[in-house]
Amino acid sequence: MSNFFEKSDLSRSEAENIISDALQKCDDGELYLENSKSESILLDDNKIKNSSYNSDLGFGFRAISDEVVAYSHSNEISKNSLKQSSENLKSTLKSVKGTYNHEIPKSNKKYYENINPIEQKSLNEKIKILNEVNNYLRSKDDNIKQVTANFLGEQKSVEIIRSGGETLTDVRPLIRFNVSVMLEKNGRKETGVYGVGGRQSYDSYLKDDNWKSVCDEALRIASVNLESKPAPAGEMKVVLGPGWPAILIHEAVGHGLEGDFNRKKTSAFHNLMGQKVASEGVTIVDDGTIDNRRGSLTIDDEGTPTEKTVLIENGILKNFMQDRLNARLMKTKSTGSGRRENYRHIVLPRMRNTMMLSGNQTQDEMIKAVDKGIFAVSFGGGQVDITSGKFVFNCTEAYEIVNGKIGSPIKGATLIGDGPSILKEVSMVGNDMMMDPGIGTCGKAGQGVPVGVAQPSILINKMTVGGTKL
Amino acid sequence: MVKDQEFLEKKASYCLGLAKKLGATESSVIVNNSVSETVNFRNKKLDESNRSDDLGISITTYIGKKKSSISSSNLLDDNLNILIEKCVETTKNTPEDEFNSLPDKDLLAKEVKDLDLYDDTHIENDQKIDYLKKLEFAASNDKKIVNTESSFTQNKSNFILANSEGFCAGYKTSSFTASSVTVAKDEKSMERDYEYSSKCFLKDLDDAGELGKQAADQTIRKLSPKKIGSEKIAIIFDKRIAKGILSTFASAISSSAISRGTSFLKDKVNQKIFSDKINVLDKPDILKGLGSRNFDSEGVKTDTLKLVDQGILKHYLIDTYNGKKLNLKSNGRCGGTSNLYFENGNISFKDLLNSKSKSLYITETIGHGSNIVTGDYSVGATGFLVENGEFKYPINEITIAGNFKDMFKNITLANDLEFKYSTNSPTMMIEGMVVAGK
Repeated sequence: MSNFFEKSDLSRSEAENIISDALQKCDDGELYLENSKSESILLDDNKIKNSSYNSDLGFGFRAISDEVVAYSHSNEISKNSLKQSSENLKSTLKSVKGTYNHEIPKSNKKYYENINPIEQKSLNEKIKILNEVNNYLRSKDDNIKQVTANFLGEQKSVEIIRSGGETLTDVRPLIRFNVSVMLEKNGRKETGVYGVGGRQSYDSYLKDDNWKSVCDEALRIASVNLESKPAPAGEMKVVLGPGWPAILIHEAVGHGLEGDFNRKKTSAFHNLMGQKVASEGVTIVDDGTIDNRRGSLTIDDEGTPTEKTVLIENGILKNFMQDRLNARLMKTKSTGSGRRENYRHIVLPRMRNTMMLSGNQTQDEMIKAVDKGIFAVSFGGGQVDITSGKFVFNCTEAYEIVNGKIGSPIKGATLIGDGPSILKEVSMVGNDMMMDPGIGTCGKAGQGVPVGVAQPSILINKMTVGGTKL
Repeated sequence: MVKDQEFLEKKASYCLGLAKKLGATESSVIVNNSVSETVNFRNKKLDESNRSDDLGISITTYIGKKKSSISSSNLLDDNLNILIEKCVETTKNTPEDEFNSLPDKDLLAKEVKDLDLYDDTHIENDQKIDYLKKLEFAASNDKKIVNTESSFTQNKSNFILANSEGFCAGYKTSSFTASSVTVAKDEKSMERDYEYSSKCFLKDLDDAGELGKQAADQTIRKLSPKKIGSEKIAIIFDKRIAKGILSTFASAISSSAISRGTSFLKDKVNQKIFSDKINVLDKPDILKGLGSRNFDSEGVKTDTLKLVDQGILKHYLIDTYNGKKLNLKSNGRCGGTSNLYFENGNISFKDLLNSKSKSLYITETIGHGSNIVTGDYSVGATGFLVENGEFKYPINEITIAGNFKDMFKNITLANDLEFKYSTNSPTMMIEGMVVAGK
């Protein structure tokens, strides 16, 4: 755990006084301190291209009065700097007359261990594995023209000091291991990417030569794409595979169920609470409490313990995801969804691990039910326009389905749909729910945070596939 | 107040000195400070104020052909001591790479021209609030507008780049940015759009009322969109989307993509990749330019490059490392382009709209659908159906797709270029793309 005041001219009790003074008559607010250490080791083009280390320290001071948020951040943890921030907050909130809400729920549960993954494996060991990855892949297939592999590791210590001196802390480990390969055959180039990660040590994900299966998967995707033909264009049935394709859920409905957009009534879902927004059998939760998952958090960035929030139950919209600000203004409770990329940013309600739960059909049944459509197995990124509800995502591995059978692989295409209506088009829900491998980062208002997704196979009756073949 | 040159230089030379003492044969350092003040409004009321004071340092050390780097926001000497020691230690343990080195000394910038990139004006939050009030008043004039959000940011930055070859330079820059995002609603739909202005100098910023009105108009015209059928149709890209296609071109000619062999434009120098009439320039010395600079992020001087001359690709964007790998000299593009733009075409916006009996005018795309390995392009899109030069009705929930290799050869540009961003394009028409809809 970091001691943020150890090398500062500012003592903890002085900080507490400045905080309590600035937040007097505010409705909420806190000082958020953060110390993060991260590393990146990259192998590319047969060489260790980059080994870098970052250490980031700073605070963000927030005061909230009614709907207004005043925020000030700095890298210098000093008396002067905190006082200047305090003055900035006061000058924005000139006439405040609220009552500070001291209530914050408590929990003893922890969803990951207090470790520093960077220190748990030596640089030489990491370099050795990256070189083995390179050699392993290049010896497997002569068409491999490029291999990129990297380790990303991080330990982030946060401390939240509230008015009155109440203090909440968390230490968050996070790692990722990624492999990307490019194949070239007959003048055609295609790539395949795969990765794993979460809030444990590197070794938890790499033991028993597990890195080989990551390599195999990246190579398999690239090989499939090398044989792909142009994707069709137009509306058709789509079967989504289990796991990572749940970024569809994340984009299509997840963002639209975040508290801020609904308080502001700019989400296509804002007036649909308690109504049917999905087919029967569709249940979606956002869960911050799964051990060691990339999107899990012991406490959120306001200090609220995370929970498993039911968003949609059997097709009915049940809850939005809330931080403290939006919860107060919407007269409900925080769901432990208040997150920020780091101390430079304000808190927003965000997703953690967003999951559609299993139904009782099989993937086979879904494929058989499709005359003409596509089977999408893996995706790159996605994006949504919250207001119109339109969302997209890009297939990185997909196949055509003809008369109930999986056919040729098709080129990467964008799929587009309408968030509020897409879940009503789900006609089958599989029994094969799977978590993603731990690689997702969600962007909102310029802030990236690690998230997870999960789903079973699903059949969607109608989506527009953005191919080139008419 | 943003830190002065003296403070940054002192930190930089401390780091270079320490790295040398600890055994680095070469090193480089960037120290920067950026102070921003933002005020946000929502529905004509103050919503958020945000002040940020960001310090940062990044150091790269070399021992022969070994290299490693660290970065930190904590500039206290005892933290720098720990980090530089760690950096040199990591360098020792990192394998050699024959192409690792500082830039050639004769390529480093010799002089720092004043490009008029810093406006000393300080705008108080109360003045920002006045601007935003005026903006939001104009934005919410029409009853169909149900939500307005707007923002005003003043940013002042300063930096120093120094290396062990004796290079040491940096300068202040400023920006003033205002934006307006509006949501409009009718019985059938809810739509969002925006307008934005960003300048080095406060006095050049767009008028608040104009900005708000434009955002509102652009949003209202999107209401009650239709979905169209799948077909091959000419696509006209609004300037704010056309510039994205130019950015994709820039990433495809970056020397890292070329040297790794992961670009569809590899080995295309001196070949025709666009139609005859297309010229692309990257001009770093535009006064007050949003992308202007004296040198790149390694200190290499940046001259104007005509990247594409009458359709023919003339240069890659080259940094030191990839340049050495490709046996080419750095042209000062480490960190990317400066002020990148397509030169004007010779047809007016109006004539471009009129040139086809039917076309699609695209104002927004979503998704990350540009693949620079294969050149494949497929994104979600929003826009308008244009018939005989007139906007007929708004369109959404469609995708547009093609391959850049073909798209580049089918570009027609209007003559309405303006320098609103650091990368800019006139309105652009591309024929032969496929729309997927119903």
